[in-house]
Amino acid sequence: MDSTLGDLANSSACNAPLAIGNSDPARLLAQLRTMLLIRRAEEVIGEGVAARQVICPAHLGIGQEAIAVAVSEHLRGSDRVFGGHRSHAHYLALGGDLYPLLAEVLGKEAGCSRGMGGSMHLYAADKGLLGTVPIVAGTVPLAVGAALAAKKDGRGDVAVAYFGDGASEEGVIHESLNLAAVWKLPILFVCENNLFSSHLHISLRQPTDRIARFADGHRIPAVTLDGNDVVAVSRAAEDMIAGARGGAGPGFLEAVTYRWRGHVGHREDEDVGVDRGADLHLWKARDPVRRLADALIAGKMLSSDAYSALQADVDAEVMEAWRRARAAPYPPESHLLDRVYAEAGR
Amino acid sequence: MNRTSYGAAIREAFVYLLDHHPEVFVIGQGLWAKWYVGNTMTDLDKLYGPERIMDSPVSEQACTGAAVGASLCGYRPIVVHPRMDFMLYAMDALVNQAAKWSHMLGGQAHPAVTVRAIINRGGEQGAQHSQALHAWFAHVPGLRVVMPATPRDARDLLISAVLCDDPVLYIDDRWLYEWEEDLPPIVESPLEREGPRILRSGGELTLVGVGYSTRLCLQAAQSLATKGIQVEVIDLRVLNPLDPFTIVASVKRTGRLLVVDGGWRTCGMAGEIIACVSENLPLGMLKQSPRRLTLPDAPAPTSAPLERAYYFGESEIIQAVRALLG
Repeated sequence: MDSTLGDLANSSACNAPLAIGNSDPARLLAQLRTMLLIRRAEEVIGEGVAARQVICPAHLGIGQEAIAVAVSEHLRGSDRVFGGHRSHAHYLALGGDLYPLLAEVLGKEAGCSRGMGGSMHLYAADKGLLGTVPIVAGTVPLAVGAALAAKKDGRGDVAVAYFGDGASEEGVIHESLNLAAVWKLPILFVCENNLFSSHLHISLRQPTDRIARFADGHRIPAVTLDGNDVVAVSRAAEDMIAGARGGAGPGFLEAVTYRWRGHVGHREDEDVGVDRGADLHLWKARDPVRRLADALIAGKMLSSDAYSALQADVDAEVMEAWRRARAAPYPPESHLLDRVYAEAGR
Repeated sequence: MNRTSYGAAIREAFVYLLDHHPEVFVIGQGLWAKWYVGNTMTDLDKLYGPERIMDSPVSEQACTGAAVGASLCGYRPIVVHPRMDFMLYAMDALVNQAAKWSHMLGGQAHPAVTVRAIINRGGEQGAQHSQALHAWFAHVPGLRVVMPATPRDARDLLISAVLCDDPVLYIDDRWLYEWEEDLPPIVESPLEREGPRILRSGGELTLVGVGYSTRLCLQAAQSLATKGIQVEVIDLRVLNPLDPFTIVASVKRTGRLLVVDGGWRTCGMAGEIIACVSENLPLGMLKQSPRRLTLPDAPAPTSAPLERAYYFGESEIIQAVRALLG
């Protein structure tokens, strides 16, 4: 394949501690904690899959945490965010509560979708997350409509559409980019390019690997960067979201990353037909969490002991929520029929 | 009372909705053109401006999806598909998204979107400019489906659909646009209270129509009445969720059922009605096996003689009624 991403897609590159410059240490520590929370929550969900406690399809984004954390920093509750099948991070980064997420994954009534959606259907409207679905690219036109509504409202709210590189192979992405551009809508398209669609590497699916080329074709300003660099993604997202709020129209952020687990489930070697063992090993050195932690430790903003304490604190929070979620009740059978329409019954 | 055509009645509904409900906007192809949607939206763009009457690129899927998205943010969009055939590009937005969000998000999100699909056939338009696919959509839980047959319903069901918090597919038929009726003043009515309605009473047979076929049923019933045969005509109106009990009660009285549907036969609406009646009628109450009159299971032809053979009219209904009456 003719790679235009270069080092961004090179598993041996971009693995040094982050260049944090003069970033606010408190903000970096908050980013680190949220990334650790997402990482640990997904590890525990993965353990639940392995133990057959989680039955619904669970698509883990371990290794991709920086993107959602960086983008969400610049969003507010009245913004409108839409995700896909791999959206635990989108939910948690927006401030969605941990316990309802874990309860949802377990099919419990206390879940963020009342136990009716599972891992692939997450909802936290008060934080701005209006929904996630596994139909690839399914929410992208919905986000365009939410941006249209935001433009009509005139209060400076924006929409965010998260999708992967595979979604760019769906026609509706192109319709959506076109509508957003021609109507100058306040929306940020965030492509988490992890180089795989299910088990297929991008070299087997597209003639080149930079997804932002589709934004170019629709005259949407685009940035392609290292998705495992929370500082860089945050800076780019801040600019693009501010632009959209101010009426500049849509933006396209392509964040190159890598998922450590298979397409679905907890295993690292699940992906049929793909032997990515050596590459995965190298990508783990591009860990977005470790690169930030290393930079903070090197910059004397965090001690090794404090980092260990932070990890223990996050682990305790996740395990406590997991225990509660496991013990929570399932939805009543009446929900089968009484949630089909807004008016219960017929 | 004022004499209004079916097409003009649709336009009255748009005017009413746009005047009284600021959260309503319309999006679709050809809305600024003169001929895409007959006389049903004439000059609405001039009255309400291009931001509330949005003519769109030919992007059925993204436009329908965008309307679903806007409906999750406090708006009540109406998407117009000037031909139902092209709406098939929007299946994901309709079936996977709009119809599912309430249920799969635990009753927290309600896409209050209305999708207007127009059946536009005849005139040698052929296989991809003629389809009536209402039965497909009536199969989907969570998606309300209405088909107005009368000018009054053309107006009132559109208003009820748009004010409903659920996604609604509203299907009108261009073969009905010239039908005129005296219309009473508009009264908003919740869609969930609407269902099949008896348009003409009669004791010898129950004739069920949907959309345009209801009009043919009424014409047939009128002709039969001049020969002393009294049939009951029921207009289905709301295809999903389906309330069969008006029809069941009628067949209990008449003992005979003919369902007339301008869609295909296999897995169609007519078969569903007959199944509902059969399930709910005590054994022995039918004087004859129920029958259905539908399109043949073939795509629409273009050539005029084949078209005449493909579509049924009043005379085929009369023939079928006479056969059932023995």
